[in-house]
Amino acid sequence: MMEKMVFGRYIPGDSFVHRLDPRSKLIFVFIFIAAVFLANNTVSYALLLAFTLLSILASKVRIGFLIGGLKPVMFLIAFTFLLHIFFTKEGDLLFQLGFLKIYEEGLRQGIYISIRFLVLVLMTSLLTLTTSPISITDGLEVLLNPLKKVKFPVHELALMMSISLRFIPTLMDETDKILKAQLARGSDISSGTMKERIQAVVPLLVPLFVSAFKRAEDLAVAMEVRGYRGGEGRTRYRQLKWDWRDTTALLILLAVIVALWFLRG
Amino acid sequence: MDIALEQVGYTYAAGTPFQKQALHDVNVRIPSGSYTAIIGHTGSGKSTLLQHLNGLLKPTAGIVRIGDTQVTKETKGKQLKPIRRKVGIVFQFPEHQLFEENVLKDIMFGPLNFGVEEEEAKARALRWIERLGLPEGTAEKSPFDLSGGQMRRVAIAGVLAMEPDVLVLDEPTAGLDPAGRKEIMDLFYELHEQRDMTTILVTHSMEDAARYADHMIVMHDGMDVLQGPPGEVFADAERLAEWRLGVPRTVSFQRLYEEGAGLPPGPPALTEEQLAAYLAADLGKGGGAS
Ligand SMILES: Nc1ncnc2c1ncn2[C@@H]1O[C@H](COP(=O)(O)OP(=O)(O)OP(=O)(O)O)[C@@H](O)[C@H]1O
Ligand SMILES: [Mg+2]
Repeated sequence: MMEKMVFGRYIPGDSFVHRLDPRSKLIFVFIFIAAVFLANNTVSYALLLAFTLLSILASKVRIGFLIGGLKPVMFLIAFTFLLHIFFTKEGDLLFQLGFLKIYEEGLRQGIYISIRFLVLVLMTSLLTLTTSPISITDGLEVLLNPLKKVKFPVHELALMMSISLRFIPTLMDETDKILKAQLARGSDISSGTMKERIQAVVPLLVPLFVSAFKRAEDLAVAMEVRGYRGGEGRTRYRQLKWDWRDTTALLILLAVIVALWFLRG
Repeated sequence: MDIALEQVGYTYAAGTPFQKQALHDVNVRIPSGSYTAIIGHTGSGKSTLLQHLNGLLKPTAGIVRIGDTQVTKETKGKQLKPIRRKVGIVFQFPEHQLFEENVLKDIMFGPLNFGVEEEEAKARALRWIERLGLPEGTAEKSPFDLSGGQMRRVAIAGVLAMEPDVLVLDEPTAGLDPAGRKEIMDLFYELHEQRDMTTILVTHSMEDAARYADHMIVMHDGMDVLQGPPGEVFADAERLAEWRLGVPRTVSFQRLYEEGAGLPPGPPALTEEQLAAYLAADLGKGGGAS
């Protein structure tokens, strides 16, 4: 049941995007997130969309798979779209049905916001789909290193991140198992009143928390017996390497930003 | 309640890069009232098969017939609940399903969900606590304060209290101590006999399969490769080895003995008792390996 989730999954591969250094990918995604907000007219949004599609192509991740995994987010996108359509009352009146009035500006804003949402989600999913959780945290740790000067716990943060990313699939599998065990005992989450449904979540959450805590304890013990002492003086097995691909990717992004700047109204 | 799988296939995560076909064209019949053991190497699809028996998984191809109900790809979730009352499943490591504040409530959870009255559910819970040999006072304890083996018993009681017609067991005794294993396996067998319950057991223990089952299904790479009574299944050790399975210890001993004594291989001795009788008869005749 949980197996369709795309978020937080990693699909190993050998595409241009897969082979980028995690640092450049992270920088890329962060800058891209900011750049999305530059777009404010049809051409600039079209450019964003096109650029996102190109990135997906370059990653060789199947578009159908990505879209399929977006279903949970689609609901959110549809919701904001409708909000804009019904509550923006500017521009020409396009369509009227009873008290429902749809204005040109509302439709336009709705579409813009949906595109914005979509490209943000697609790009961040692309990051996690093409970069192993370990590389992401390695990259993040290196990028955040300067913050150590102000006593920011960079290593601990990176460790926490890698542990949580590592355990997302495990927890999903576990949820699936417990869900099935309770279904077999006649619990029913998908029908009944709101109150009944909320009550039906308890038999799911309690075992899940119990096992998460047990796992955390086991992990802590396992790390300690293997001599984990925090980040001090720790060296790396996997070395990060910046090559021409990374520079190229960031240059392309720069070009896109410049183009956005000139295209925006 | 007869159970039959017809050309059943199941694919996990269909349509994603993680797609994995776990069952191919499985045709299986489990007669009402039988004690069926399912054996197979790890990853052969046993647990996947089990989850079809009460509609937790719907086949991606083929039909599952459970009594009068048919489950196919299109079957709606609502139609499955009545099946789940009749078919109880004890999962691998069932202690992970415990959640209530005390053991009594946890065992009552299943029966209450299926519409049993509060009083009756409580009576059943108390009865099963005793039946599973849990110490007195367990009913009021938190399930999380129990030992691993006790938690397992509580979880099993939680399924038995639903009093299903068909009991499905996925390695119910994995990780228990030897005495506890035997106790629980004997209990299942007793229930099977007394209540005329259809029992389906997935196990890695050839000894358990040989001792308790009257029908066996061998799974290999998501396919049902052999079905029949244990006497037939365990007769051909070489074929089982191809599926990376063995024979019970009693049978290996018997074969060694036969070889040493120059006897032709006889029908496999499925239990220690049968082996002892076989040896006694042969030695009584004045034969035997020197
Ligand atoms: N939730 C899942 N998602 C994807 N693949 C799965 C899932 N569950 C099982 N599989 C795969 O399906 C195949 C059959 O698994 P299954 O759990 O049915 O085996 P099994 O015979 O019960 O093994 P074991 O004896 O180890 O319990 C395996 O290859 C497994 O990797
Ligand atoms: Mg299994």
